[in-house]
Amino acid sequence: MRRRHAGVTALVLAVLLSGAAPAPARVVSESQVHEVAAELRCVVCQNLSVADSPSEMARQMRVIVRERLEAGESPAEVVQYFVDRYGEWILLSPRRRGFNLLVWFAPLAAVAVGLAIVAVLVRRWTRRPASEGTVPSLDPAMRERIRRETEAER
Amino acid sequence: MSRRAWRWLIPLAALPLLALLAYGFRVNPREIPSPLVGRPAPGFALTAFDATPLTLDAQRGRVVVVNFWASWCYPACYEEAPVLERSWRAYRDRGVLVIGVDIQDTVEAAQKFIRDFGLSFPNAPDPTGKVSVDYGTYGVPETFFIDRRGRIRARHVGALTDDVIRAHVERLLAEPAG
Amino acid sequence: MIPELGYGAAIVALGLALWGALAAALGARTGRPALVLSAQHAALGVFALVTACLALLMYAFLTFDFSVRYVATNTNLGTPFYYRITGVWGALEGSIILWTWMLALYTLIVILRHRESARELYPWVLTVMLGVLAFFLLVITVAAPPFARLHPVPADGHGLNPLLEDTGMITHPVALYLGFTGLTVPFAFAMAALITGRVGDAWLTMTRRWTIVAWYFLSLGLLIGGWWSYHVLGWGGYWAWDPVENAAFMPWLTATAFLHSVMIQERRRMLQLWNLALVIMTFGLTLFGTFLTRSGVIASVHAFTQGTIGAFFLGFLTLVLLTALGLLAWRWDALGAQGALDSVVSRESAFLLNNVMLVAAAFTVFFGTVFPLLSEALRGVKVSVGAPFFNQVNVPLFLGLIFLMGVGPLIAWRRASVDNLRRNFLGPVLTGVAAAAFFFALGVHSALAVLTLALTVFVAATIALDFARATRVRARMGEPLLPAMGGLLRRHNRRYGGFVVHLGVLIIAVGVTGSQAWSVQTETTLGRGESTELAGYRVRFEDLAASEESNHFKVAGAFTVSDGRVLGVLRPAKKFYPQEQSPIAYVDYRLGLREDIYLVLGDFARDGSRATVKLQVNRLVSWIWIGGLVLTAGAGLAILPETKRTA
Repeated sequence: MRRRHAGVTALVLAVLLSGAAPAPARVVSESQVHEVAAELRCVVCQNLSVADSPSEMARQMRVIVRERLEAGESPAEVVQYFVDRYGEWILLSPRRRGFNLLVWFAPLAAVAVGLAIVAVLVRRWTRRPASEGTVPSLDPAMRERIRRETEAER
Repeated sequence: MSRRAWRWLIPLAALPLLALLAYGFRVNPREIPSPLVGRPAPGFALTAFDATPLTLDAQRGRVVVVNFWASWCYPACYEEAPVLERSWRAYRDRGVLVIGVDIQDTVEAAQKFIRDFGLSFPNAPDPTGKVSVDYGTYGVPETFFIDRRGRIRARHVGALTDDVIRAHVERLLAEPAG
Repeated sequence: MIPELGYGAAIVALGLALWGALAAALGARTGRPALVLSAQHAALGVFALVTACLALLMYAFLTFDFSVRYVATNTNLGTPFYYRITGVWGALEGSIILWTWMLALYTLIVILRHRESARELYPWVLTVMLGVLAFFLLVITVAAPPFARLHPVPADGHGLNPLLEDTGMITHPVALYLGFTGLTVPFAFAMAALITGRVGDAWLTMTRRWTIVAWYFLSLGLLIGGWWSYHVLGWGGYWAWDPVENAAFMPWLTATAFLHSVMIQERRRMLQLWNLALVIMTFGLTLFGTFLTRSGVIASVHAFTQGTIGAFFLGFLTLVLLTALGLLAWRWDALGAQGALDSVVSRESAFLLNNVMLVAAAFTVFFGTVFPLLSEALRGVKVSVGAPFFNQVNVPLFLGLIFLMGVGPLIAWRRASVDNLRRNFLGPVLTGVAAAAFFFALGVHSALAVLTLALTVFVAATIALDFARATRVRARMGEPLLPAMGGLLRRHNRRYGGFVVHLGVLIIAVGVTGSQAWSVQTETTLGRGESTELAGYRVRFEDLAASEESNHFKVAGAFTVSDGRVLGVLRPAKKFYPQEQSPIAYVDYRLGLREDIYLVLGDFARDGSRATVKLQVNRLVSWIWIGGLVLTAGAGLAILPETKRTA
């Protein structure tokens, strides 16, 4: 089992080192590869991106991403290549269209509803006279102390 | 009486959520359908372990079973290897080709696997993983059934059985070649 | 024999818990103290029996009793002593025993603390606590029995999940579960308040401290989880928005909201309904979390098994939600939105906004977590909702929360005058703006990073201003400076504990910003003696060494790290466990205040001539751990009993 694995390496390395790739159409930086790979879900792990996963499959996918970018494909085209093969599932954040808009707008809707409720309540509450009965119950000693401290402050 | 009757809607609001979670029991999060089914099979040109070239395009007109495996995939790949070999022997004269694609593996271990099971159908390593990604595989074993016109018609995840292969292959063989 | 004893103990405990829950309720209805006393004894019995269960399971682990299926699956003869103890809660069945034991422990403490002080609520609190205990005991006896036998008895076990062989495995689940189970206490009090109709302040005062205790442990659990993810999983991150992380984060968010809105109710007798709803929501989310991680409905890193257990949890979640929300609806009229505010510009408003943001964040995380299920149910398409989504939608909410963190504690209650605003905020705002200019000039051009850092400085300035003023007041009254500061922390421990927590959050925010914005990485294959460079560091591959450990085989690379002068040798490794198909990465790192050097070993040539290594320079990650320490220290300060305020 461990031997098998070491062998994988030898094989992969042999291929990587011997098979001189065709000259790339353009130079692609590590961060460009990372950016595309970060959008893709690693298929053998759970909830890790292809960029982050330490698995062999993810490493091979990063190589594929790099080669496609070097061949002149745009990041969107590279992502589409993976979607065509794995389905939308492979995208770590759902595309902003159709049904998926629901999940994208949910946070906004939550904040909007929350703010609306607060606005209505605050309006209603500020119209009522704030009765003295709701003043926090402080013992006289504490009240005295606050007075002293605030005076000392001035 | 009906005053503030709406307040009883509060507990009821939890029901759709609970229903959704109950629905969750019916689905398997690890089972993702392939978008490739019904589409032309991605072509590949590999070199088999016995050094002969192995291309998909050359197989047009035959029913092709592409099986992704690895020698470290125990026990599923070990269970299905004899099944594949049996099917290959049964169907090879009826225009069916079985191709094994070995992924994320070592040449020595893979060749030992082939020897141990006496596999006689063509097997090739996919050292860069390009073919396995082209087919959208998640792991091993996974098997694709390609019809005579070169389209993927079915995908099977996990170990194959005689019945699964027979069902798919017979169906594809029954279709006219054109 | 031992397993049968454990099983028997669980069954008796289940019976006792059921009786206790019933007896306490009857006692409350009929006003017969003898029944409540009986329930109390039943609770003590449950605690003793669950303790016995836990001890017996631990004994089975220590003696390698492979006739117990759970032991055989989660240990083998090579498992070191330490992990045979933590292995007890390394998987589903044992984790539920630990959970139940903690719940029983909390019940015990509730009995000790509140049997005299909360006469009206107490019997019902007991009923709810024992009811929840009964559910978990039902899981232990029926759905996931940890003492189930295995025939035939194997010669050796399968072994613990290698990822769990880490020292964090003792602290992480223990802290997290103490947090989760601790949230049962506020829930029990809220239920008791709704049942008895005493929805006033009594239940709130009693549960506030309990909530801080649970919150403290939950925070600790989350932080240790992040640290585990960072140094064990080998992907260089600390938070992946995995469903299991979200499961712990959602109740944390709503509990945080509760800890803030509690203050409004204490001051203004408002928001009773809302506070009850928050407590119910929080408890519901802890159950939802356990359901998520144990049902297999949503794929997650925690590969807990599937089975009937999911149905059990869903059933209980249904029961809890319908009962609790039903009670809320029943008491609706008593909870009517009474109260009045003096001004829109006040601390009350700031806290309301804080609640909106926190609950919106919890909702966002919740909706994102279940969205894949929704998409599949309604549209038949499997989608993923992962880190890029959660980061994008939560960042604005968290920035808003940080801003409110600066405003809330200093703006006046009731009505903030222009003078109050100027006195408290002019300085900090100017400091924040200056900080923005400073960071920009320093070369920070990411708008998000500048904004976060400026906000952080603004909030830190408000805290510093408040603390300096209060200290000055005391110093003027003749106290020396340091005792004045100490006295301030101790006397107003709730307020300043809160400030320290806020400071911790700020430090974490800096760490998150830094690690997201400025971390760099590269992945290369090096021959022996070759080196690669990244961000001023040079890493040279020296050699590979293989070693046989007690339960695995390890291949470690030696890499010399230097930045001009040699900093040390890092040895990332791959561990090969016989029971695992793929090797486990073992990262090595050098932590620093400014940046961590983080090495992950990839593939290697068998003869040791070549190795692939992933080199990361992760910026400011240590700030997250430091901030975590500060945050938990602050929470600890806030838990301390309040001192008598005599002038």
